[in-house]
Amino acid sequence: MAVETLIDKFVQLHEADLTNLPAYSSKDFASDQDVRWCPGCGDYTILKQVQNAMPELGIAKKDIVFISGIGCSSRFPYYMDTFGMHSIHGRAPAIATGLKTSRPDLTVWIITGDGDSLSIGANHFTQLLRRNVNVNLLLFNNEIYGLTKGQYSPASPKGLVTKSTPYGSIDNPFNPLALSLGADGSFVARAMDRDPKHLKEMILRSHKHKGTSMLEIYQNCIVFNDGAFELFTDKKTRPQEAIYLEHGQPMVFGKENDKGVRLNGLVPEVVELGDSFSKDDIWVHDEQDATKAHLLSRFFEHPPNGEGVQFPRPFGVLYAVDRPCYDEGVVEQVQHAKDTQGEADLDALLRGGETWQVK
Amino acid sequence: MSTQDQVREDVTIRFAGDSGDGMQLTGSLFTNTTALLGNDLRTLPEFPAEIRAPQGTVPGVSSFQLQFGSRQILTPGDECDALVVMNSAALKANLSLLKKGGTIIANTAGFDKKNLNLAKYPEGVNPLEDGSLDKYEVIEIDVTKLVKEALADMNLPYKDQERSKNMFVLGMLYWMYNRPMDSTIDFLNQKFGKKPEIAEANIKVLKAGYYYGETAEIFNSRVTVKQADLEPGTYRNITGNEALVLGLVAAARKSNLPLFLGTYPITPASDVLHGLAKHKKFGITTFQAEDEIAACASAIGASFGGSIGVTSSSGPGIALKGEAIGLAVMLELPLVVLNIQRAGPSTGMPTKTEQADLMQAVYGRNGESPLLVVAPKSPADCFEMAFEAVRISLEHMTPVIFLSDGYIANGSEPWKFPNSEDLKDIKVEFEGPRHSEEDGAFMPYKRDARLVRKWAIPGTQGIEHRVGGLEKEDVTGNVSYDPDNHQKMTDIRRDKRDLVAQNIPEQDIDQGNESGDILVLGWGGTYGAIRTVVHQLRKEGMDISHAHLRYINPFPKNMESLLKSFKKIIVPEINDGQLVRLIRSEFLIPAVPINKVKGRPFGVSELKQEILQLVEKQPA
Repeated sequence: MAVETLIDKFVQLHEADLTNLPAYSSKDFASDQDVRWCPGCGDYTILKQVQNAMPELGIAKKDIVFISGIGCSSRFPYYMDTFGMHSIHGRAPAIATGLKTSRPDLTVWIITGDGDSLSIGANHFTQLLRRNVNVNLLLFNNEIYGLTKGQYSPASPKGLVTKSTPYGSIDNPFNPLALSLGADGSFVARAMDRDPKHLKEMILRSHKHKGTSMLEIYQNCIVFNDGAFELFTDKKTRPQEAIYLEHGQPMVFGKENDKGVRLNGLVPEVVELGDSFSKDDIWVHDEQDATKAHLLSRFFEHPPNGEGVQFPRPFGVLYAVDRPCYDEGVVEQVQHAKDTQGEADLDALLRGGETWQVK
Repeated sequence: MSTQDQVREDVTIRFAGDSGDGMQLTGSLFTNTTALLGNDLRTLPEFPAEIRAPQGTVPGVSSFQLQFGSRQILTPGDECDALVVMNSAALKANLSLLKKGGTIIANTAGFDKKNLNLAKYPEGVNPLEDGSLDKYEVIEIDVTKLVKEALADMNLPYKDQERSKNMFVLGMLYWMYNRPMDSTIDFLNQKFGKKPEIAEANIKVLKAGYYYGETAEIFNSRVTVKQADLEPGTYRNITGNEALVLGLVAAARKSNLPLFLGTYPITPASDVLHGLAKHKKFGITTFQAEDEIAACASAIGASFGGSIGVTSSSGPGIALKGEAIGLAVMLELPLVVLNIQRAGPSTGMPTKTEQADLMQAVYGRNGESPLLVVAPKSPADCFEMAFEAVRISLEHMTPVIFLSDGYIANGSEPWKFPNSEDLKDIKVEFEGPRHSEEDGAFMPYKRDARLVRKWAIPGTQGIEHRVGGLEKEDVTGNVSYDPDNHQKMTDIRRDKRDLVAQNIPEQDIDQGNESGDILVLGWGGTYGAIRTVVHQLRKEGMDISHAHLRYINPFPKNMESLLKSFKKIIVPEINDGQLVRLIRSEFLIPAVPINKVKGRPFGVSELKQEILQLVEKQPA
């Protein structure tokens, strides 16, 4: 007889539930706990958009789990009326891997910050992407350590003056999107707290993707790094500074959609649309092109080393491809062993190969 | 010269050679054959930490010691009766472990100029020729040459011929100790199923060794060791790590839960991963994580989801897991942490044994972080204690540390394995679903009389809740910084640990009276040596008893009265005095330690000596 465990029953139960979902509203996903972030913190918008997106997932509340590490953002699970675990610094991806691998019926979200994921947890973060565990990771990036009160983070730009870098940081920052692509992430996207509509759209896209979805969210820390992303979030400068990516659409930006990004071979160029270049000359975004996704992820320094071309910062899905998921592979192997290796006979196992009798 | 048949009660053999000579395999095959004959036995594999230490040198020597007998055997033996040496370095490294008058079987091909140089014998000195071995019986055989001759009609490359030389020695020892070759022949056919010519060569060489023993008239006597007088039943031979794996699989079946092992390779714990990875059809998942922390964290994730979360490592890896283990204490989720100890500190001596992680297990986390510690006393006992570790962890919703060590893990002994139906079911209580408000709000940290909260797993309707490492408010489980609540929760976690004593057996006396002059109190792999010594001393008229702890945190509930029934408590350990400190501080009794920290287990005679000295110095 094959081993039927309690978890197998949960998986069956889960499938039955999908056809019989209550009509949730976003309020159903708010827990009874007071939300305690600084007034004006970008985390509030993100929480709101996650709660707004949840009813649209088509998943029962009981099958959703939020797992976080340590930091301001990592308090997030307390505010969601789902299952949740606020764990230890940087390790949420590892905890989520164990949970999702053993419980493929659950929808697992990881909430993390730039400190949590890009320093103490950078190993787990990259391994998660490499394995392509089918979970969704929301990386709240505010380029600073908030909870420990204002030290620079691995995402902080060079030269940033903080409590721990009074003479300016000399660390080269991580580029989270390039790092994710480098780790073979199958879904890499960016959003910002100050564009809630687009943010919600990206949360839903993250959920839809099978595999690790890495959504970086620019999040303003009003106390220790206020305005870090103002160029992109301020409605006045946004059209010049941000470009929204859409699969199959030319990469056009600017107040009047008067600018575009063109590829000269593999070298991107910003061009004015008009006499010399038309929309037909512009790079058409292809989510499945890894090489071009790498180029986009490098629209990072602003401008690079203070000189050269100034590229708009891309928002949206840089890259999304289907690739086998780790958790699926594990489940398949267990199933294959159950199907092909005959009865799971504990007595045969205890007996082993060679035995002898003592009379 | 004619060969005499000799009947012996016990024999100790040591196989030693270069780490590429296959001594571990030779030893294991001899052990299996010996086990199948019904002898009792214990083994001690010892190997260098490097895959291939420099060939022919003393640090590159790998050895395997085995004691077997027709009486009860509890240790691999102090000194050996026969020492097999494949080269001069092996002789140099092991001669001190040979009994006076013992037999040396030396492969002369390993004593050429080059090998003698590598073993750092002085120029021109060959121990086989200079009379320094006169007090031993030396049997010199050019194994390399004889193997070549045995394989003369096979067209095998030199390398493959050379590789089978351990089989020659094994065959010869089979003849010498009256053992059949069948089980080894079966093994070789199976192992080299895809390379029949290699199987054939090895079998040929094995038989050549056997018949060489029979015809060459080089042995004065042939030794017979009769079947041991073991408890009736069906037996198999098993190592500690193998038994541990089976204990975990059995516990998974008996609790009807999937088991998830999150781990990172480390000596001497890796065999647990290798073993469990094979048993997927039992609903077992193994995850080779990116590091020790991820390994432990993934197991916690699996536990949160309702699996038996297990993580395995050795001391240095356990150090890394510390923070995550603390999280599991706070979450009050089941977690089984396997520590197969090795010699430390830091990386220490990876392939050598020590039981010096007891303090780490009991205290090695930040904050007041009580958890449970159990320890097997022998290879076969790993089965029962692994089963127990899972049972207690599930029944009490708390991490359990299972403390084995390299000596137990790699050593083997006959095991009268149980029937699955004789194993107790493990009852697990999950929080049930809540379908309407009438069912009441779910309180994650509500407890039963044992102070245990219920396992509330995702996927259960109506009990959505959040846990985490921050201090929990009593009952609700919400985050709380309230001073009185922290005091209360600290007390609860301690009491919850202490109440486990109600759910474990009372401490028994292994041997001797329930009260008297001296109690030798041990734990872990010192069992065999202590038992043997106490047996001898009792025979010699001493009032001495032996108790062996398998449940260390909490202690069994009768510990205090038991300890106070003896005038003197002696605690031998392979560390610098860890259990003895716990005993002294917990029960305020002047227990005295006997400590050894050499990466090797106690020998029977040295331990006896130490105990006698202690008794003389401080009369009971």
